[in-house]
Amino acid sequence: MNAQTSQRVAWLVVLALLVVAPFAGIYPVFMMKALCFAIFACAFNLLLGYTGLLSFGHAAFLGSAAYATGWLVRSAGWSPELGILAGTSVAALLGLVVGLVAIRRQGIYFAMITLAMAQMVYFICLQAPFTGGEDGLQGVPRGKLFGVLPLHNDVVMYFFVLAVFVAVFLFVVRIVHSPYGQVLKAIRENEPRAVSLGYDVDRYKLLAFVLSTTLAGLAGSLKTLALGFATLSDVHWSLSGEVVLMTLLGGMGTFAGPVIGAFTIVGLQNFLADRVGSWVTVIIGVTFVVCVLAFRRGIVGELLEWQKRRNRHHRA
Amino acid sequence: MSEIFGIPVQALLGQLLLGLVNGSFYAMLSLGLAVIFGLLGIVNFAHGALYMVGAYIAWLGLEKWGLNYWVALVLAPVVVGALGVVIERTMLKHLYRLDPLYGLLLTFGLALILEGIFRDQFGVSGQSYPVPEQLTGATDLGFMILPNYRGWVVFASLAICLTVWFVIEKTRLGAYLRAGTENPQLVQAFGINVPLMVTLTYAGGAGLAAVAGVLAAPVIQVTPLMGSNLIIIVFAVVVIGGMGSILGSILTGLVLGLIEGLTKVFYPEASNIVVFVIMAIVLMLRPAGLFGKEK
Repeated sequence: MNAQTSQRVAWLVVLALLVVAPFAGIYPVFMMKALCFAIFACAFNLLLGYTGLLSFGHAAFLGSAAYATGWLVRSAGWSPELGILAGTSVAALLGLVVGLVAIRRQGIYFAMITLAMAQMVYFICLQAPFTGGEDGLQGVPRGKLFGVLPLHNDVVMYFFVLAVFVAVFLFVVRIVHSPYGQVLKAIRENEPRAVSLGYDVDRYKLLAFVLSTTLAGLAGSLKTLALGFATLSDVHWSLSGEVVLMTLLGGMGTFAGPVIGAFTIVGLQNFLADRVGSWVTVIIGVTFVVCVLAFRRGIVGELLEWQKRRNRHHRA
Repeated sequence: MSEIFGIPVQALLGQLLLGLVNGSFYAMLSLGLAVIFGLLGIVNFAHGALYMVGAYIAWLGLEKWGLNYWVALVLAPVVVGALGVVIERTMLKHLYRLDPLYGLLLTFGLALILEGIFRDQFGVSGQSYPVPEQLTGATDLGFMILPNYRGWVVFASLAICLTVWFVIEKTRLGAYLRAGTENPQLVQAFGINVPLMVTLTYAGGAGLAAVAGVLAAPVIQVTPLMGSNLIIIVFAVVVIGGMGSILGSILTGLVLGLIEGLTKVFYPEASNIVVFVIMAIVLMLRPAGLFGKEK
């Protein structure tokens, strides 16, 4: 069995596990939350892992979409599919505006600018009349998808979220393997060379940024429907930090990494929240430090490296 | 003349003073960030947390050990500076050859750890710290009443900022520091202990944050989150000023504090975001910041 086939088999096994999960007694709401953050992390990884841009304000896109969807579905009575579409568009537009400003600087400056712009979004969400201030938007109804599928049923909602997740995942894989994705990787590896080859680097980066924020918005919209609320923690910078950690912990620049990272972090938070209180923050902080100091490739990156080394050994 | 644009002069001057006080904190913190970034190439996300620890040392000193404000003003930077030495020696020094993004991520983790520990120990509710006896009361300047403590904060932080500027720009030690940022190998070859210099720079920056924390303690509530709320504005200040210039970060900090104060008078809803709006505008016009050099 060659590497590609074994990888495909692995993915089918994971998919099968995800399909049977709600019937195996795993709480569907937890699974939905984890899948939404997995979409978020995949979107983020498209930017950090494949384009080399560290955005430190990605919560702004998840959060603004979460609020937009929540408000439209709850107060304006929109259907869930239109709510998701609108929320995702809000994130895309916001991504375009932030991207146009941020793309002008690189590296560490880019990170700080996205962080500051996201903080602006945070204060707008805190003060705007329709966001519910400190309380956020509560009791967002799930409604019926396309007027037919009753999303209020947890299992139906779960399969909807799973379907979107699989679509996003395949989309990201497709993007990365496309000629466009190859240009992004070239920019990540050596930007001056990409410029000298005649690529309009800023336009490529801006498109990657907007794609990433759009998918982050999709994650936020879905999350609002699945959990029934949008709150300030969706736009807070600590969430922007968490998505970096999910990607780093799982392995940036790998397809499976962000998904594994998201499940690990959401699982850890769920598991620890009642047991250790404020120490959750400390544990997440320690994980960050350990990842940066000891295994920068992340879980998946280390596994791939180990496999590569083993293969080389076998051939020799 | 008791009103300007329909705002009472007293209220306007009061807000401007508040803006100047905030601006002094922005200036001290962005200065520390600039110094650390200059020599270590690390964006110190933990800076806000170190500022918070400084304020808590002052509060704990008074509550638990009966140490007064002036002792705290010396003790806090020493303790936090020592913490800085440990952080630099055990963690940061492994990252210098890597992408600067890893430094940002590591210090972000450190900030979470410090914040979590203090939250577990002291809860999220704010603690108030009394103004030291010698600085209570207010002085009538004729056109406004100046609370003595606020005057002291502005004076002390300006003095500290200018001292740091003087040391870095005008002394031999500063020349080594600046040379060290340009070409560490060469400076090392001249027999200067660059790793030691780097460690002390981080400790110094951390100490500077701690001093700001002690100065802030009587003005604001001491909470575990006080640093994370401030650090992002300080990052915006740094982006606006441009990382290159020490004097730039001091000036930008003060001016932005003042602008924020003015916004509070004329359009309070925008006072939280005005700094970020200015940042966006400055970046459109000058991508390297106001005092930064275009690369």
